Parts: sequence; structure tokens; C-alpha cells
Amino acid sequence: MLAELGLAMLWLAAALAGLQLVAGSVALTRDGEGLGGIVRPVAVVQGVLAAAAFASLIWLFVQTDTSVKLVAENSHSAKPLIYKIAGTWGNHEGSMLLWVTVMGLAGGFVALVERRLPERTMMATLAGQAFVSLGFYAFLLLASNPFQRLNPAPQEGNGLNPLLQDPGLAFHPPTLYLGYVGLSIAFSFAIGALVTREVGPAFARAMRPWVLGAWIFLTLGITAGSYWAYYMLGWGGWWFWDPVENASLMPWLAATALLHSASVLAARNALRAWTVMLGVVAFSMSMVGTFLVRSGILTSVHAFAVDPRRGGFILALLAINIGAALVLFALRAGTVTEGERFEVTSREASLVFNNVMLSSILGIVLLGTLYPLVTEAMGVKVSVGPPYFTPMSAVFAVPMLVVLAIGPLLRWRHDRFKRVSLVLAAPLAVTIIAAIGFGVSGVTSTMSLIALSLAPGLAVASLLPLRGRNLARAPLSLWGMVIAHLGLAVALFGMGADGAFTKERLIAACVGESVDVGPWQVKLGAITPVAGPNWTALEADLVASYDGAAPDHLKPQSRTFWAPPQTTSVSALHTRWNGQLYTVLGEEAHDASSAAMPTGRWQLRLWWKPFVPMIWLGGVLVALGGFLALLSRVRQDLKRRTVRARGDIRRGDREEREAA
Amino acid sequence: MTKSEAPRAPGWTLWLPLALFVLFVGGVAISLMLPKSNDINSQMIGKPLPAFSLRPAADGRPGLATGDFAGGKPRLLNIFASWCVPCGVEAPVLAELQRQGAQIDGIAIRDHKDDLNAFLAKNGNPYQRIGADDVSAVQLAIGSSGVPETFVIDGKGIIRYQHIGDIRPDEVPMMLAKLKEAES
Repeated sequence: MLAELGLAMLWLAAALAGLQLVAGSVALTRDGEGLGGIVRPVAVVQGVLAAAAFASLIWLFVQTDTSVKLVAENSHSAKPLIYKIAGTWGNHEGSMLLWVTVMGLAGGFVALVERRLPERTMMATLAGQAFVSLGFYAFLLLASNPFQRLNPAPQEGNGLNPLLQDPGLAFHPPTLYLGYVGLSIAFSFAIGALVTREVGPAFARAMRPWVLGAWIFLTLGITAGSYWAYYMLGWGGWWFWDPVENASLMPWLAATALLHSASVLAARNALRAWTVMLGVVAFSMSMVGTFLVRSGILTSVHAFAVDPRRGGFILALLAINIGAALVLFALRAGTVTEGERFEVTSREASLVFNNVMLSSILGIVLLGTLYPLVTEAMGVKVSVGPPYFTPMSAVFAVPMLVVLAIGPLLRWRHDRFKRVSLVLAAPLAVTIIAAIGFGVSGVTSTMSLIALSLAPGLAVASLLPLRGRNLARAPLSLWGMVIAHLGLAVALFGMGADGAFTKERLIAACVGESVDVGPWQVKLGAITPVAGPNWTALEADLVASYDGAAPDHLKPQSRTFWAPPQTTSVSALHTRWNGQLYTVLGEEAHDASSAAMPTGRWQLRLWWKPFVPMIWLGGVLVALGGFLALLSRVRQDLKRRTVRARGDIRRGDREEREAA
Repeated sequence: MTKSEAPRAPGWTLWLPLALFVLFVGGVAISLMLPKSNDINSQMIGKPLPAFSLRPAADGRPGLATGDFAGGKPRLLNIFASWCVPCGVEAPVLAELQRQGAQIDGIAIRDHKDDLNAFLAKNGNPYQRIGADDVSAVQLAIGSSGVPETFVIDGKGIIRYQHIGDIRPDEVPMMLAKLKEAES
């Protein structure tokens, strides 16, 4: 019953999205304004219905109702509850349902609270949101129904990919989706502003908190995903330039550029067409990324729906949504004037530079992600990896980081470099000292050396906007910027440290044997079998001592799941203030002469990774900075609203008195 | 410093994003329509089979060793397991290949004798020999990372072709052609 109810609610939500589109569009015409009144309530109800459909799918997974095909294929009654729930979005259909749910809720939320823009622009915005949603509803209902029944129902489900059975995964995709799909709001705002020709500071101020919210989730999602890959895949790497990772990075780059250009538009009424363009691009990147991953057109470890028909459907959707937006842009952007001018030495100019660099990195990543497709069409299979991505993006990232150090110190419109050059001596000196220090201490990799020397200078520079201010009085949004920029410096240092200082040992050790890795001495204490809810494992007891200090125990496992059958390594990590010890237990080593003879030696992979956790600490700081900025915007808006409301009450009182 | 409006970009530049996007959609649409190949240019193709000698995995069939592939005729080597669901789906296709003259050997990965006997009784047994690879050692050595996979081994024990995933019914002629190719 529940599955049918869920499906019915989904159809109803789709119908409401249709109504929202029609009513919103009609409300834009001269005689149709009367219909405008229903658009906001319809948007809210549509979001609630989509959420209810999603909730019923979660409940079906919790119950392990194997008469539903999706549950039978992706769940198992022996799974712990949290992974039953996570199984809801660990597959194609469920994750698309999550997609429309987030889109619906975001649209509903905007309809509920956003009152700063002219009502006409809001109508166009909500109609745009409904237009995009409608395509995804069609995709769900016609090509990937999550509620499809299976007759006869199997006794037991197939299980969930063991790699995905991890607490990190339970929350990683929803976080990322809130970011991806939250950007649809920016897209719809851009459409609304283009349709009604209302591209101005008010539009930027209205759009900014929504972009900021999506961007915070995106930042957290990418950070969490990177950490998940780091400890789960057992390779000790934290970024693989895998198409799926790139698919999350590209919207982030576009959204970061959008945030910065929106603040230029809000403060100075410049960069109008560019900001609108970025609004379109950011969500387009979300959709392009989803398409590339889901269509199976690029081979990826993450791909779980390799179906060319679905690929065709998403591509058509993509072509309609993005194509329509770009046509609208081409037709209307000519009438959107560029706005105020500024000089080369000004905060605007530095933000423009930041935008160009971010967009260039975006282009580099997109090109690298698509390149295998291009060559495959010509009959050559290639995979593009870190040797392309890392240096190519660094070419643009390094100048961007240098300007990031200077930009926040400049004044709007017009400034002289001389005014800030004295202040900038401090970060410059720190950078030079760091470069010499790390260079002398034997860091040979150019990339690492650049990152390690730039990071401390950047950290100092990011704090400079606070100089000479009463810290308790400094505005929250300033703190937000400072912390986000500082986070970038922290992450950069971690990245550099990974390349420069990581020590790796790969050995086959007997029980009782000791091995050194960096300052650690690690002893293989014992190998014992352990059992979990749906797996059995061999667990190593590693006794690790840092520089002769009291030992810590690490217990990496080699796990065998039985539904579906698959072996995975579960790494064990020990974090100190100055780095992380990373251990992986492999298989029992075998005699070269006869494969079946066990030797009693166990493969161990040990890494000492100094300062590497700073990568994710930095990511969290960046998100925290965004959160503070969002908090300050929301607080300002609320204050403005209360002031206006108080004004209304006072005016009302006066009128009453005068009437009396 | 004037406060006048910036000069507008020429009109055609506004169409540039759309043009790029159309190019992208067109390119992707074409490659979506192209048949997706399962060919993996394995590192092991053209190399001899690694040396191994596996005990019999099931009743009634001998085990498998590298020497068994030196008979002068190309053979198929199927990596499978009784616990692997697609392997059961693939079984009738292997039977069809055998009916059309292919010589097939199997390596059972991490399997138990009883389970395997039951699997063969249920799905048929197209294999001449079945070796037991209890720890995936041979599987990894010949560059296979999953089940099922099928290798074409020529008469001198050289790996000529690797097929990832189950062989579909429409791929039978292709596999037979690969066998034929390996004769030369």
C-alpha cells in the first residue's frame, strides 16, 4: 500500500509543479495577475508532497519490503538500520527522488520566506523552478520509478555495496545533494531576473543567502566525500580526480565564483550579466555532473545506473533546461547593462580576477573530465589523471590565491596599491621564509613546495582584514570571510604536506614483528577473526608507538561481506596533532612457488601522514566561514524586517489615533 | 574614472555559451549512441598465462594447470563462482559456446565443493577442467578483478582476449570469432 501511496503523492507533486509553472507564467501577463496568488502555496505543497513520497520510500527500506523492486535490489534484512536508511539514496532511483525532494523543498522554502523581490520576479523564479522540477519528475515517473513492485517478491534482498556501508556514506550524498540542488534556486532566480529584466543589487542580495546555503552544503559534502574516499578506499589518497569527484567540484567552483560576483553586484551594481551567467552555469554544472555520472558515459567507480536509455533521457532534460536558459540569456543579457565601472586596482577588479581564475579551473576540470569521451569517439581509450589536473589547475589556482591575499584589503572602486603594499610585507615575508625553510629541509616536489610556502603567507594575509579593528565589534560577515579564507590556507598546507612528508611502508609481517614508519614503531600484535552483523573479518592488532611514547592500538580489518559477497579493507587511523598514522591490513602473503601454501606473513600497508588532516579541517573552516556569512545576512534581513514591521505598527497606531 | 556605463560586449558573444553547450550536447549524444564496448585493453593480453596448478574444484572434473593450455588449440578460460549471480545467468551461454565447438575450462573463485557441485547440477557443466582458486591468487595474477570473466587463450598458452562480465547471448558469435582469431 505504502509504495502505491508514495507513487500517487509523486504524481500529485508533479501535477502541482505543472500548475506552478502555468500559474507562474500566466501571472506574468497583464490580465493574469490574479492567478499569482496560488503560486506560492502550490510551491509549498509540491515540496511537502515530494518529501512525503521520499519518506515513504525510506519507510519501505526500513521495513525491507522486498516486494518493492528497488528495496529487493539494494537492501537486506540483516543490514543495520542506518544502512537500510542510507540504502534509500544509495541507488539511482532513490537518489533521483531525493533530488526532486530537495528541489521541491527548496522551491517551497523560497516561496514561503522570500519577500524582498518584486512579486513579478518571484512569479518568474518559481515558474522557472517548477519548469526544471517538472523534467525531473518526468524522468522519475517515466524512466526510473522507485516504487515499482516485484511479483513474486523475493525472500531476501540483494544487499548494498559493502563499500557504501559506512557512516560517512549515510550522510555524504544527502549533504552533497542539498548543495547541488540548492543551486537550482540560483538558476531559477537568474531566470526570473532575466525574464523580468530585474538584474540589480536587489536581485543579488536576494539570491546570495540561497547560494551561500547551497555552497555550505556543497563544501561540507566535498570535504566529507574526500575524507570518506581517503579512509574507506584504503589507498591513502584524498582526491582522485574521478569523474564523480569532478562532478561535485565543478558546481562548487561555479558557486564560489557566483558568491563573489554576487557580492560585487550587491555592493556596487556591477558585473550584472556575468552574475546571471554564473547563476545559470552553477546549476548547469550540477546537472551536467549528474548526467556524466549517471549515464554511464564515463566509466567511474561510483556509477550505479549504467543505462543508455536513461542517459538519453537526462541528456534531453539537460538540453531543454540549460539550452532554454542560455537562449534566454543570449536574448536578454544584451538589454542588461553592465553597470558601474571600476579601476584595475580595486576590490571589484580583484574579485573579477578571482572569478576568471575560478572559471578557468572549472574549464580545466570540465575539459579533463570530458577528454576521455572525445578520444574514445576517435577510437583511443585514455584516462586523464592527476598529472594533467593538478598542474593545470595550479596554474590558475596559484595566481588566484595570491590575489586572494591582496583583494580583501583593497577598497571598492578605486584604490592605490601603495596604500596596502606596506601591510602586505608581512605575508610576503612569511611566504619567503617558509619557502626557504621547506626548500632547505629537503622538500623536492615543486607542487608541495609552492603549497607549503604559499599557505602560511595566505593564512597571515587572510587575517589582515581584521587588523586595527575591535575584534568583538567586527561584523560577522567579515569574520565569515576571514575564516573561509583561512580555511583555504589550512587545507592548502595539508595538501602540500601530503606530497612532501608522507612516509609509506608496504611489508609482509609475521605476528610479533616490528616495523618503523617515520617516527612510529609499529608491531603486529595478533591477527584475530571477528564477526559483525553482516560480515566476518580478520582483524590485526597493531601496537604503534610514536617516538618511544606509550603505545596505541590500531585495529585495521580485512572484511568479507556475505550479502553481496565482497571483501573490503577497513583501514585504522590514529590522529595526533601533527598528523595521522594510516594502517591497512591486506591478505595473507602466499608462497611464490605454490599459491595455496599460507606463509603466516600478513601484508601491511602503513603510512605516516604529517599534517594531512588539515585538508579536511580547512574544508570545515571554509564551510564555517560560509555559515557565519549566512548568519549575518539572515540577521540583517530579519532586523530590516522587524524595523519595517515596527514602522508599520507605529503608522497604524497613528492612523488609529487620528481616526479616533 | 567616469561613472558612465561600460561598453557593451558585441551581441554575438552572448550566444557563445549556448554554442559551446550545443557542441557539448551534440558530442555527448553521438557517443551515447555509439555502442559501448566492454573491451578492456588488458595489460596481460599477448602475455603467457602465469604459472599455476590448481586442485580439482568439483567432483568429476580434473583440476587445472598452466600446462593444460599448451595443447595447440585455443581454449576459453572462464573465471566464475557458484556464489556469483551473473555466473548462473551466463551458464546457458557457455553451454551454447560449448555446443558450437568451444573448449572451456573454469576457475572457481573462493568456492566450496558442495556449493559448486550443486551449481553445476543446476546450471549444467560446460567445463572440461575446473581448478579451485581459494584465495583469488590466480585470478589476480591473470588480471581479472571480478566474476565472471572469460579469457581466450591460444594454443601456446598466450592470453589473446579478455571479456569482462558475463557473455551475453548476442556475443556468442564474437567470442567464437575471437577463438578463431587465436588459432592463427
